[in-house]
Amino acid sequence: MTEHQLPDYRTLPADVAERMEQIRQREYVLEIDHVGKVFAQKRHQTVALEDIEFGVHRREFVCVVGPSGCGKSTLIRILAGLEETTTGRILVDGKPVNGPGPDRGMVFQKYTLFPWLDVCRNVMFGIEMGGAERAEARRQAMQWLQVVGLEQFATSFPHQLSGGMQQRVAIARALAARPRVLLMDESFSALDAQTRLKMQNYLMEIWRKIDITIVFITHDLDEAIYLADRILVLKPRPGRVEEVIEVPLSRPRRAAQMMSDEFLATKAHLEGLIRSFGDTTEETDEGEDDFTIPLLTLVTDKAE
Amino acid sequence: MQGLAASWRLYGRTDGVSRGVFGVLAVLLPLLAWSAVSYLPFVWHPQVLITDPGGEDYLESGMRMNRADFSRAVSEMQSKNEPVPQGIAANPVYLPSPGEVLTAFVHAFTSSAPTGAEHSITQAFGHSIQIIFWGFLISSLIGVPLGVMCGSLPGLARLVEPSVDFFRYLPAPAFGALAVAILGIYDAPKIAIIVIGTLFQQILVIANTTRKLDFALIEASRTLGAKGLKLLFRVVIPGILPDLYRDQRILLGWAWTYLIVAELIGTSSGITWFITQQARYQHFDNVYAAMAIIGIAGLGTDMVLGLLGRRFFAWKREIDG
Ligand SMILES: Nc1ncnc2c1ncn2[C@@H]1O[C@H](COP(=O)(O)OP(=O)(O)OP(=O)(O)O)[C@@H](O)[C@H]1O
Ligand SMILES: [Mg+2]
Repeated sequence: MTEHQLPDYRTLPADVAERMEQIRQREYVLEIDHVGKVFAQKRHQTVALEDIEFGVHRREFVCVVGPSGCGKSTLIRILAGLEETTTGRILVDGKPVNGPGPDRGMVFQKYTLFPWLDVCRNVMFGIEMGGAERAEARRQAMQWLQVVGLEQFATSFPHQLSGGMQQRVAIARALAARPRVLLMDESFSALDAQTRLKMQNYLMEIWRKIDITIVFITHDLDEAIYLADRILVLKPRPGRVEEVIEVPLSRPRRAAQMMSDEFLATKAHLEGLIRSFGDTTEETDEGEDDFTIPLLTLVTDKAE
Repeated sequence: MQGLAASWRLYGRTDGVSRGVFGVLAVLLPLLAWSAVSYLPFVWHPQVLITDPGGEDYLESGMRMNRADFSRAVSEMQSKNEPVPQGIAANPVYLPSPGEVLTAFVHAFTSSAPTGAEHSITQAFGHSIQIIFWGFLISSLIGVPLGVMCGSLPGLARLVEPSVDFFRYLPAPAFGALAVAILGIYDAPKIAIIVIGTLFQQILVIANTTRKLDFALIEASRTLGAKGLKLLFRVVIPGILPDLYRDQRILLGWAWTYLIVAELIGTSSGITWFITQQARYQHFDNVYAAMAIIGIAGLGTDMVLGLLGRRFFAWKREIDG
């Protein structure tokens, strides 16, 4: 092999190919059936999503990536039932769903723990909503806290925890309600790089141990490749499925894999895709080549 | 000492010591100003209190007159070679000294009704407290639930809030005659005025507070399976409770301002009646003592409620910093 000749991201190693085949055999937990979403404002209409068609298999880990404003958040909010579809529908275990429900847990980007409840009571919330007794809910909540490694913070209040810990509690809270699908919208993007990597490993560890299907939104390509079985790439204006990528990395994943050729190939491909969308955006927020900064102060020394 | 300087920076942080210093000064400075005006004759004292009328027959001892008039009377008597009137510099009768007010204040708790009043200050004040209590309780029993419902049910808000907004602008005194006609002349119409004065504000203020609850928390709880009454009692109400509590403290202040109107309709009563009556007899020391009682009671309750609030809602304070 010549130096830096990356493999094709589409050629899966044998173990990964086998795993993808296994996943394909499983039934769909979550189906997105020709979903479209139009935001009608006073003057104009924004087509946020158009004819999205996708199915998530049981115990699959799917990441959704795409440039800013392509409708990722809109999609996951529709999946959670927090936003209504304009066309199409969402099915969970083959049954159409309407509005939010405990079968689809969500971890938000913002910290959304209930600030008036301590950590344990936060985790108990969903269990109690399901009709469990207080004592039973407490017992289960403590187990979930153990899963995320925070049982010694059971009586702390959310504001006493760091951002990473809060998101771990949020994951425990969502999982404790026993959802079929866990939806996550850039849940780690507010965390620093080390904490984020730790959280990613935590999440994969939890996912390995329990029967949960995860749809994870991110704008961080490394994160998407590191976590996902399949990556759904959305293109903007209107938001449509551009490509579905099967990640050619074997499991369990290690941080070292981020240096592997498969990883780099996938990343290069994704970057190319996203860059190709960049031209279509009116706001040139990804300002790259030719933007000039007016001289604001007189600089006497050379920086480079 | 750093805290003292920082206290004067915009949004600066104060420390415990400087907070204490400012707290003491907040009471002391107005008292010092009042004492200066009362006890240092050169500060103001625009009048003369006659101690001996001398030869002038229209003067009486105990009378107050302007300094100019007094010196005219003196020079007149001097030119007539009669005994000159004597007097000391004094403030107008409506500005008694702190000492006099303090005496009246102490008297208020030790003696019975002063001249011209059928009740002592404390009795009158007790009656006022009762009116406020019932008025605010009734208003809250309706206003708090209705406000929370308006804030969380858009349909109800559209239905109720326009008419509430209409009534809010009608001055409560306008309902005075009506209240008396319907409810008689005793306490009922007074309580009604307090209710009318606070209720409409209360509904709107609390509806707004409810609407301001972080919507992300509502969404999070929905994805955990909360809806209907569970959503209301497990998320909405605990979430707004600290702000609701603060609203209630402010609204209690509103109730006090309507007390003045309430107590002057029907058979006048309570602390307002006491004050007007004593002012008519020019017992301004009693007037100020009564005012001081209202102020101290108001400040006291608010401080106690504030402390309790900080105990109950520690999480809120930590978040807001
Ligand atoms: N409530 C709304 N009303 C009107 N337009 C909306 C609304 N929410 C989203 N949009 C529009 O829909 C499009 C998709 O928005 P969305 O928030 O889903 O993007 P996103 O992919 O999550 O972006 P980002 O990566 O920046 O979070 C955008 O053009 C946005 O302006
Ligand atoms: Mg988004």
